[in-house]
Amino acid sequence: MIEKALRGSKKYWLWLGFLATIAGIGVFFYVDQLWNGLGITGMSRDVSWGFYLANFTFFVGVAASGVMLVLPHYLHDQKEFGKITILGEFLAVVACGMCITFVTIDLGRPDRVVNLFLYPTPNSILFFDIVVLSGYLVINAIVGWSILDAESKGEKPRKFVKPLIYLSIPWAASIHTVTAFIYSGLAGRPFWLSAIMAPRFLATAFAAGPALLIIICLILRKTTDFDPGKVAIKKLSTIVTYATIAGFFFLLCEFFTAFYSGGAEHTATWKYLLFGEGGSGLQPYMWGVLISTMIAIALLVNPKTRARHDTLAIACVLVFFSIWIDKGLLLVIPGFIPNPLHEFTQYWPTGKELAITFGVWALGFMVLTLLYKIAISVKLEIGDHEIHH
Amino acid sequence: MELSRRDFLKMAGIASAGVVVAGSAGTLLTGCTPVAKSKDGSLAGKQMAMLYVPSRHEEGCTDCTQACHLKHNVPNIADKKHEIKWIWETEFQHAFTEYMENDLLKERMKGVPYFVLCNHCANPACTRVCPTKATFKREDGVVMMDYHRCIGCRFCVAACPYGARSFNFEDPRDSLSKPVPNPNFPTRERGVVEKCNFCSELDIQGGELPYCVQACVKRKGSLEKSALIFGDLADEKSDFHNILEHLQKEEKLIPLRRKEIAGTQPKVYYLV
Amino acid sequence: MYDKGKIIIGVIIFLAVFTIPFWYSQATGDADKSPYADTSKLIAEGKTCVEPADYMREHHVKLLTDWRNDVVRGADTIYTSEEYGTTFDKSLTNTCLEQCHTNKSQFCDQCHSYVGVKPNCWSCHNVVEEK
Repeated sequence: MIEKALRGSKKYWLWLGFLATIAGIGVFFYVDQLWNGLGITGMSRDVSWGFYLANFTFFVGVAASGVMLVLPHYLHDQKEFGKITILGEFLAVVACGMCITFVTIDLGRPDRVVNLFLYPTPNSILFFDIVVLSGYLVINAIVGWSILDAESKGEKPRKFVKPLIYLSIPWAASIHTVTAFIYSGLAGRPFWLSAIMAPRFLATAFAAGPALLIIICLILRKTTDFDPGKVAIKKLSTIVTYATIAGFFFLLCEFFTAFYSGGAEHTATWKYLLFGEGGSGLQPYMWGVLISTMIAIALLVNPKTRARHDTLAIACVLVFFSIWIDKGLLLVIPGFIPNPLHEFTQYWPTGKELAITFGVWALGFMVLTLLYKIAISVKLEIGDHEIHH
Repeated sequence: MELSRRDFLKMAGIASAGVVVAGSAGTLLTGCTPVAKSKDGSLAGKQMAMLYVPSRHEEGCTDCTQACHLKHNVPNIADKKHEIKWIWETEFQHAFTEYMENDLLKERMKGVPYFVLCNHCANPACTRVCPTKATFKREDGVVMMDYHRCIGCRFCVAACPYGARSFNFEDPRDSLSKPVPNPNFPTRERGVVEKCNFCSELDIQGGELPYCVQACVKRKGSLEKSALIFGDLADEKSDFHNILEHLQKEEKLIPLRRKEIAGTQPKVYYLV
Repeated sequence: MYDKGKIIIGVIIFLAVFTIPFWYSQATGDADKSPYADTSKLIAEGKTCVEPADYMREHHVKLLTDWRNDVVRGADTIYTSEEYGTTFDKSLTNTCLEQCHTNKSQFCDQCHSYVGVKPNCWSCHNVVEEK
């Protein structure tokens, strides 16, 4: 089936070329980082995790969101998702790959990454995270590929696929829960020490992932002959709506606990984010996220604007990017501000750091494009798509 | 959905496996602090601890920091964002952030320097999160760093409630003299995390004191008069124990520890 | 087979390039320049290594790795020589380099350059000044 990715229109190759350029620039600066060390980033002694892990955290959520298509389709027989479960599975594969990449480029000694496997440490959540992420990547790759392969040949999928699919459902929830546990298990970081961290992660994941899928489906409708169908997009938009509301609600719960209880250590970081106490670098982003989320919810709750594809697209873009900024910039980095001695050190990613990050994005989207090209070619061949108007 | 008996059994199997994993994960997550046992058991039963008496500290003195950083080749890096520090001076409200809002206490403690360092906790958060056991607890309670194994993930830096750990963003030798201040102690490489090691390269169980304590003892004349005191908390017959008794009973000082709420059981006591 | 001539020539060129490590040094005469570590001064002073020279040549990497794990992780700092029975502090800098092998370029680097390995000990463990 790989040969399907090697044939495409001019736009297809231009898109891949554009992504390859960005990826190339990212690789170039990563070599700089390998040579000169993590000092080229904006991280410091106090803010020791930065943009790389922020993106890692966000993309684990995107990976987990594949389950939102698999669960209704396989567990509850909702056939409308049938055309696009493969898109969700391939997105999960790519997102997992991006996550593992982000963690690896964040290491101070990537040459020693083998130590993770030579000296397994089950009490370390990071160790678990690597294990479950790799496992999820493998599961989705196998499931997606074998089902697609079977469909292209007009056969039924092999017997081992079904149990793997059932396994992937709790596994998806677990990868993001484990990622949340990285943060929520640290008594020394009161901003992260919240029981609601894992539910927040899952809710925002199930909003951002399907939002991205909706945007991709809409783009595919325009640029290819593949139409996932109005019903599938409608169902996805329902998921995005409820998940965004849930995520926003959880955020408001955090506000309540912090500000009503008034404890100094609990509110210090929220005051930094909302009111700029200690530094106002991230303040505009915090308010931007709040406002964007509210606009998105307004667009999504109203059935008319949710049904119309142009307003839906706007809402999904708002959801995707505001959750990206919230989970990344406004969750990982502020955990370190103020530091345990209540000193404020500001953080902003450097240009090189951004270039490397977007290089990883580009690599991910390249692989996604190739995989989707294969999936869509198969779907078009077997006629598993709506008639495009 | 029509569920066949086979599918049900499969799901039940996975679910029960999940319960087993969750259960063992529970014990692992809460109970596990990797402890490296000494080969000959000579370190067993010891609990190395440090006392700091702020009232004995002379204004402007940073002998302890200088001694430690010199003997361990800790670089003095120009870019403060990349700085490395093992023991350093701060103010009271930064060492004890719980009292951040207490204006009376802040006024009372104004200008009194508080030295902070790795607390070598009995229940350390850092060793719990290290994915390669590069940081681990030794039998005598010292929290060690294995620079050969560290992958530089900085999870320990995030986990430490005391901000005691520093990551090597640059090659430390770029900021050190040539030859290094102490050729008998290795430098570290770029990309690993480091922190105070309670001078575990010395025979601290046998009575040798960490360099910071040595510097203070030198300045003050004796261990009894020093602002920094070190010894085995578990040995009730030791000088350390006698001094601790004296500080509490005669000088009526109370032993505080930083961030008790973190549950880490630090081994550095502040006698105030 | 088709294009027999071209294929056979290609295979010969491939084999030649692939086996360069084996015949190049013989051809240029470099093979005779084997590394030589002058330990005559140390022998004259009556010093013996931790273990005999043949053993060290073969096992010094494992020995040093064991030492490092013993010291850092096991708090086990004394080494007793199997051959000689003498005790040593398990330290590369303080025992090996400072007490005997003070000339790193003459002693350590000669063999390492010849074999083409770059051990990364020196980025942390300090090299003692040459005497």
